[in-house]
Amino acid sequence: MQEIWQALVQAIDLIVSLDSEVIQISLRSLYISAASIVIAALFCVPIGALIHFHDFRGKRAVINVVQTFYSLPTVVVGLLVFLFISRSGPLGGLELLFTPAAIIIGQVILIMPMLTGMTIGALSGVDKTIRDTALSSGASSAQAMRTILFEAKFAVVGVLILGFGRAISEVGAALMLGGNIRGYTRVLTTAISLETQRGDLVLSLALGIILIGIAMVVSVIMNILLQRY
Amino acid sequence: MAFLQTVDLEQRAGSAVLLNKVSLSVEKGEIFAVIGPTGAGKTTLLRLINLLEHPLAGDIYFDGEKITDPSRNAIHVRRRMAMVFQKPAVFNTTVYENVVYPLKVRGSHGKTARTTVYDLLDTIGLGGYAKRKAKTLSGGEAQRVALARAVVTKPDLLLLDEPTANLDPGTVKMIERLVMDFNRERGLTVIMSTHDMQQAQRVAGRVGVLMNGRLVQVGRPGDIFFSPDSARIAGFVGIRNLLKGHIVRSESGIAVVDVNGRDIEAVSALPAGAAVEIFIRPEEVVLSKSASDSSARNNLRCAIRSLSSNGPLCTVIVDCGFPLEVLVTDRSAVELELSQGQEVYASFKASAVRVLPSMQS
Repeated sequence: MQEIWQALVQAIDLIVSLDSEVIQISLRSLYISAASIVIAALFCVPIGALIHFHDFRGKRAVINVVQTFYSLPTVVVGLLVFLFISRSGPLGGLELLFTPAAIIIGQVILIMPMLTGMTIGALSGVDKTIRDTALSSGASSAQAMRTILFEAKFAVVGVLILGFGRAISEVGAALMLGGNIRGYTRVLTTAISLETQRGDLVLSLALGIILIGIAMVVSVIMNILLQRY
Repeated sequence: MAFLQTVDLEQRAGSAVLLNKVSLSVEKGEIFAVIGPTGAGKTTLLRLINLLEHPLAGDIYFDGEKITDPSRNAIHVRRRMAMVFQKPAVFNTTVYENVVYPLKVRGSHGKTARTTVYDLLDTIGLGGYAKRKAKTLSGGEAQRVALARAVVTKPDLLLLDEPTANLDPGTVKMIERLVMDFNRERGLTVIMSTHDMQQAQRVAGRVGVLMNGRLVQVGRPGDIFFSPDSARIAGFVGIRNLLKGHIVRSESGIAVVDVNGRDIEAVSALPAGAAVEIFIRPEEVVLSKSASDSSARNNLRCAIRSLSSNGPLCTVIVDCGFPLEVLVTDRSAVELELSQGQEVYASFKASAVRVLPSMQS
């Protein structure tokens, strides 16, 4: 109990005192995960929409496979990407290993199945009559698709927040692909992992609190934006 | 060729037949009602016309063009039509955005669109509602918004799928009036489905009866309500006193029908021996205390089995060897001192009896 209290005080202290390293790590975490979610969303929301709006053979099977990959372990993603971008791998020439870009690649792959599958789920939640109404109002297929996405905006944004949460809180890919290099690829989760191993539990907890704080702020901002539009 | 014509339209869902060779013609500027019980295929028919579904077989012609041609782009056809669905569907945005939607998807934003929408909101009685969230509206208000959204582009054809189902009587009246106004003022052609016979009578110039996916009768509302083509239609349009019998003899257009051992005279050209179903409208039967009171051909002595008053009218069930429902005014029920078990005469003209060949034959 004592440690949690100390951690809380230290977290506040670190934030208020604008501890440069903590701020740097936090911002890096934020931008890496934000980049991951934006890139993943650019692919997954349209793919999810395409799967939802088209009837084809094996659609159910495709959705099942996508859903299975929700539980893709972060270390497995880390390992796979590692094999591709390590010096001897097929993409070794790009020299991506132990860079923020490598972490982003890992996180994008990690959250893609979830984003795709849950976009399908979010769109399925929209009443069929909305699509009929859009089409019968003279909308093109693309316009109708946009209308339905807009109808599902709360659910879709919920999916994005969840994806962001999964990205910012994962440690496996960040550690294996980023290497936890101080000042370059160290993010909140890898820093927590390191400080815990070093025995600085209070600092670890403080960083954890900051991580949750970031997730909360992102969620609140998204919801405020949603209410407005 | 009619403004809208369907030729042998067929649709199935799995093994279930939804529409079976439906051929229908609707003229420009008319209000055509498709009536039929739930599951008769009314919604499917409208969805096919709106090209929201493709028919299994058959064709649809709209303003002289075959629109069921798969190579044609459905959007150009849809943009000349509009449809209101049974369940009021509004987009999760403001009332204004809902109504302006069809204009926006056609690339028309600007001031003209604004004026059109605001004028229309005034017309449908939702003048101050432009900025309201459409989801917060009542069912009736939402359906008015849906109607405004349908007519905002001044379509050539308006499809209404049971637009007033589950709405309160006031809203039903208002929506009916709006539809009739749009039809009259803009020459809008309307095809509406309804299971409410009276609504079809109030609103439509012509009515088509759809039963089990087949268009079984088309005509003016009066034709269908007063001379339905079959006992099934008669039953559906709410005709009481549907009786089975057979013609015992027929002479100069008057047939004598045996119903449970009682002879009933009716106007019919069917031959003797034919199995028939007859129906007698309850309001065309007169009750009196003695047989001599009436000049009608049919005077049946019977006993009153039950009386139930519903406002100004009283439904009397009499036993003539078969049960017969009679509608009398409450006042005459009092004057005749009608009571249960009392013996009376039920009289009705031969022309008040409609004779149809039995469905079994």
